[in-house]
Amino acid sequence: MAECHPVGFQWVMEAKARGAKVIHIDPRFTRTSAVSDLHVPIRAGSDIVFLGAIANYILSNGKEFRDYVVNYTNASVIVGDDFQDTEDLDGLFSGWDEQGCRYDPQSWQYKGTEVPASAGNREVKGASGGETHGAHGGKLSTEEPPETDPTLEDPRCVFQILKRHFSRYTPEMVQEMCGISRELFLEVAQALVENSGRERTSAFCYAVGWTQHTVGVQYIRTAAIIQLLLGNIGRPGGGIMALRGHASIQGSTDIPTLYDLLPGYIPMPHGEKYSLEDFIKENQANSGFWYYMPDYLISLLKAYWGKAATKDNDFCFDYLPRITGDHSTYQSIMGMIDGWVKGFFVIGENPAVGSGNSKLNRKALTHLDWLVVRDFVEIETAAFWYNSPEVQDGQIKSEDIGTEVFFLPAAAHTEKDGSFTNTQRLLQWHHKALEPKGDARSDLWFYYRLGEIIRQKLKDSTDPKDRAIKELAWEYPKEGLHGDPSAEAILREINGYDAEGKTLSSYTELKDDGSTTCGCWIYSGCFGNDENKPAKRVPGRDQNWVASDWGWAWPANRRILYNRASADPEGKPWSARKAYVWWDEQKSEWSGYDEADFGKTTPPSYRPKEGTKGAEAISGTEPFIMQADGRGWLFVPNGLRDGPLPTHYEPQASPFDNSLYSQQANPVRQVFYRKGNKYNPTFGEEGQGAFPFVMTTYRLTEHHTAGGMSRFLPYLSELQPSFFCEISPELAQLRGIKNGDWATIISMNASIEARVLVTDRLAPLKIQGKDLHQVGLPYHWGTEGLSKGDSANDLFALALDPNVHIQEVKAATCDIRPGRRDKGKALWNLINNKDNSVANDSIEDK
Amino acid sequence: MNLGDSKWPLVRQLLGTDYLGLGKASQSNNSTKLRPRTEEADKVVPSICPYCAVGCGQKIYVKNGEVTQIEGDPDSPISRGRLCPKGSATKQLVTGSSREYKVKYRPPYAKKWQELDLDQAMDMIADRVIETRNETWQEQGEDGSPLHRTMGIASLGGATLDNEENYLMKKLYSGLGIVQVENQARI
Amino acid sequence: MKLTTSDPSKVAGWNTNQPRMGFFTDTSICIGCKACEVACKEWNQVPEDGLNFLGSSYDNTGSLSANSWRHVAFIEQKTQSQKQLSDGIKDSGVRWLMSSDVCKHCTSAACLEVCPTGALFRTEFGTVVVQSDVCNGCGYCVSACPFGVIDQRRGDGRVWKCTLCYDRLKGGLEPACAKACPTKSIQFGELDDLRVAARKRLEVLEASGETKAQLYGDDEKDGVGGFGAFFLLLDEPQVYGLPPDPISATNDISSEWKSAGKAALALLGSILLTVGIKK
Repeated sequence: MAECHPVGFQWVMEAKARGAKVIHIDPRFTRTSAVSDLHVPIRAGSDIVFLGAIANYILSNGKEFRDYVVNYTNASVIVGDDFQDTEDLDGLFSGWDEQGCRYDPQSWQYKGTEVPASAGNREVKGASGGETHGAHGGKLSTEEPPETDPTLEDPRCVFQILKRHFSRYTPEMVQEMCGISRELFLEVAQALVENSGRERTSAFCYAVGWTQHTVGVQYIRTAAIIQLLLGNIGRPGGGIMALRGHASIQGSTDIPTLYDLLPGYIPMPHGEKYSLEDFIKENQANSGFWYYMPDYLISLLKAYWGKAATKDNDFCFDYLPRITGDHSTYQSIMGMIDGWVKGFFVIGENPAVGSGNSKLNRKALTHLDWLVVRDFVEIETAAFWYNSPEVQDGQIKSEDIGTEVFFLPAAAHTEKDGSFTNTQRLLQWHHKALEPKGDARSDLWFYYRLGEIIRQKLKDSTDPKDRAIKELAWEYPKEGLHGDPSAEAILREINGYDAEGKTLSSYTELKDDGSTTCGCWIYSGCFGNDENKPAKRVPGRDQNWVASDWGWAWPANRRILYNRASADPEGKPWSARKAYVWWDEQKSEWSGYDEADFGKTTPPSYRPKEGTKGAEAISGTEPFIMQADGRGWLFVPNGLRDGPLPTHYEPQASPFDNSLYSQQANPVRQVFYRKGNKYNPTFGEEGQGAFPFVMTTYRLTEHHTAGGMSRFLPYLSELQPSFFCEISPELAQLRGIKNGDWATIISMNASIEARVLVTDRLAPLKIQGKDLHQVGLPYHWGTEGLSKGDSANDLFALALDPNVHIQEVKAATCDIRPGRRDKGKALWNLINNKDNSVANDSIEDK
Repeated sequence: MNLGDSKWPLVRQLLGTDYLGLGKASQSNNSTKLRPRTEEADKVVPSICPYCAVGCGQKIYVKNGEVTQIEGDPDSPISRGRLCPKGSATKQLVTGSSREYKVKYRPPYAKKWQELDLDQAMDMIADRVIETRNETWQEQGEDGSPLHRTMGIASLGGATLDNEENYLMKKLYSGLGIVQVENQARI
Repeated sequence: MKLTTSDPSKVAGWNTNQPRMGFFTDTSICIGCKACEVACKEWNQVPEDGLNFLGSSYDNTGSLSANSWRHVAFIEQKTQSQKQLSDGIKDSGVRWLMSSDVCKHCTSAACLEVCPTGALFRTEFGTVVVQSDVCNGCGYCVSACPFGVIDQRRGDGRVWKCTLCYDRLKGGLEPACAKACPTKSIQFGELDDLRVAARKRLEVLEASGETKAQLYGDDEKDGVGGFGAFFLLLDEPQVYGLPPDPISATNDISSEWKSAGKAALALLGSILLTVGIKK
């Protein structure tokens, strides 16, 4: 966190000064470790063992926050009789379909319920959890779980299943698999437990070190289970904080430039013969706030197609394009190579460096008909056709690349109005300070203008397929030197307005009759009363610590989600120290430091009547209002492709056996056996010994992601002027590599060179009785800019998490050799030799 | 006139209070007049750091149509005026010599960039979209289910952009039937 | 406790009520982010200092120079207290010290005393500043500085170093590095206040078992009369590449008097020279 979010880290330092214990778990000793109370070095790719062991420690020692767990989670729910755990099936859950390489989630359901229609059908189509449910988790076929056991003793209740599931995640297993001693593990587990409960809370902070795995989603799930067991969700000082790396990466998920979502986590429709009504039936929940999905969706359709969207034509629902499975970026780049993706827009992103298997991404670019790159500087994704490593090495010539490339200079944040949504869901407005120069334009200008030109060109078209673009509501007031569409006008549309054009103050005002328009329901209220609330800037020092008058957080300016959980079932704070929101008997409403994330006047005593729908179906003691049963899900009956509970699987390429189960890797991970995507052999496969080390990628304080915003700046480039790798003195000695020299890092997929830092900060670990050396690789570099170097992502063949299709670049295997990589033909020979050595099951295994 | 304030350093030293000539007497004209350049700004614009998702407050100082300084906004309850090295380098990001201000065009198989007028580039890109979309349009799947889309065009990016920009992108793409829309959020 | 920080600005003829201002760099909370280096460069428009990979932990700046007025040192140590745990597995056993170095703005500043042109001068804030419109690049100050802070800029010839953001101070602003510092490892303020804060902080660290924690440049009896920019270190100064006992060639206040005549003559000389050239 100190490395990549130094200014956010000030609060950690402040907490530490006030007595908080800071524990840093990372394969490397980083700048965060340097100021932490405890650094725990861990084998990259083994975190579920570690976290699972903490869950086990809590459960087997009775350290859970019982009142919280019984009342606020699904611990008491009885799961169906058909469910079988990885304990029973040696690493698989019930419902495994060997042929289809997928799970049928039917047996994971709560007892007495069935899989809602949407989940099962979608799985057949090859779509994943996110695609079937938006990002709001699974549906339930009933509002309340039919059977519960508040004593948590029933062997079929979630709590007991959890206990059994994690029972083999012991401190000894942590030692064997993670390389963390029993004592060190127990120190962490005890510290966490002792600092949780009524009086205290603990927080987890993570970044892509947890997500970029073939089990990425389940890493986060394991942390969620721990935090729910300890009562650390919805309370001040608790939570699980995703530290996100781009200014509006949260915003681009909320208002998604993602294939499977519409704004506000409404799922994209699938290619099926169904009407708006069918779609709603499949995606609307009976209880909780997803009951109002029709209001959100129809208001969105009104925002997209305006007057053209009427009740008679299903509000133009049929204009929405349909998805039929995974259409994430890695599918697209393979589509480029296979010839069916012909045109590509790259907007403020640099896949030639930043995407997994960056080499394959660069190859894909050479297969396009046309490419549009918009950025501040000429990044690798724009320069690939004359300066990629492949062109430099003579593997391909510029004159053989048929891609037509348009590079358009982009305006900076100083040159346009707009809002970013930060990692805490906070919208903050940045004001235009000056006009962009030359041809530089905002992306708002670009897309608006592109839409205008296309609509102009198609205005006389009678082709039915052009109706959706012709009838798109595409009128915005223009302003400034270049005629940018007004960002405030667009924010106003996102916020929503009623039939009279009056801005809405909350999503609760949305309707499903076409009388309201709203571009993103969770952002509704950000422009209420025609006030640009993201632009609010009441100084922090003039407010309480929640600082509600700085910017605007979705939903409804609530700063901590599910904060009803900060009070006990009766609505009283769990403790005076940790008071946040509470039920005020006098006023008969929830009050506190923050907006309650709950029905403002729904008393703790409220119990829904049979058949009640929507928010009214959530009882006064159920804080998790977006979940159909209002509870925090320790066990996830549906919505995930790889199981209802987190399970440790080894990475795609690992030097180690999975000590926990026979099942080595995530059975539903996505892999691609194709040219240009070659996996290293994993444990048990012939030739694994050729790649005896574990490599992991990361970022540095001095650079920004794929480098477009840092490697081109002298002041940042001079601070980290070269791609380098980090290795231990022991590995340096083993391979004859010296500090400051060059080394070559090799995988089946690529061979790259880096300068070397030999450091005790990357200590060897003892795993399954063997020494393990890890190689650290910051991934910022490419061929352009002031600070140049090979791209670490070249080394990683694509293996993806099945739920969200994120690439595994945080743990794989490699070899490392002294000296620079060979250029040209020799390089390819080296990789081919590696191929041969794999075939001969090399003797490199140490 | 107080001779200790003379414009001549030696006179100041001999007749003023700085007998050693190490301080006030040695202050040059430039030093005497020195002020923070932010005081001369025509305007100070509140902004947000464009790098990571912490969302630190920034102040943009502008004079004569140029950014003269970018620094932390002490009012922000998130950052309290502080910035990391990247945030501190924001002025170089937006004014640095690596920034491109002209459209660059590379025809198929060409070995060099060419110049291209922005309007013409926009027109050409619109033509490419229309043409590729026409060529690759899928109205129905093999089973007759509606698709209403093109799989011939993909888009990557959004996490570094504004919410309003992401909104227009998704809206336009949805209108055009482009479904392969992705950004850094799951990369 | 009222400290009695000597105020060199009074000796330098500033009859103002302006207290002496300075930096307290608390290295125990430095996260090595280098925001100070960049913020300094952005404000002071200091040129890039070379893109050289030094192979020296995360330090690619190397040292303070004409083009680097803040320099974060990174020191990797094997710790003494390395915890030996079961089965030969130990904790990291690593300590990573980080410290943002800067001009010390000495109470008795040799650079200033040897400067023949009056380019170096003592400001009303008690800081030591090079005036680029006066400096003729003679370089006397370079060898005089016991810390190796002052450096001539290649292609320019003049010497450059931290001004403690003299221009910002005149406008009531804090220096750019201190403002940016995410953890407030770099603190700016009245030197007397900073010293009180530093001693309190030292007590806390000592109580927590940081046996080698020490203040560096806090002692007015040291060889330079104490620093205007002083440090809290977690180890001996030499570990950070700092001289343990810096001595100004002319370290007592009377020496400033002694040098007065020389300085006056030099000023006179430079004026005459200027006049001569003009004619």
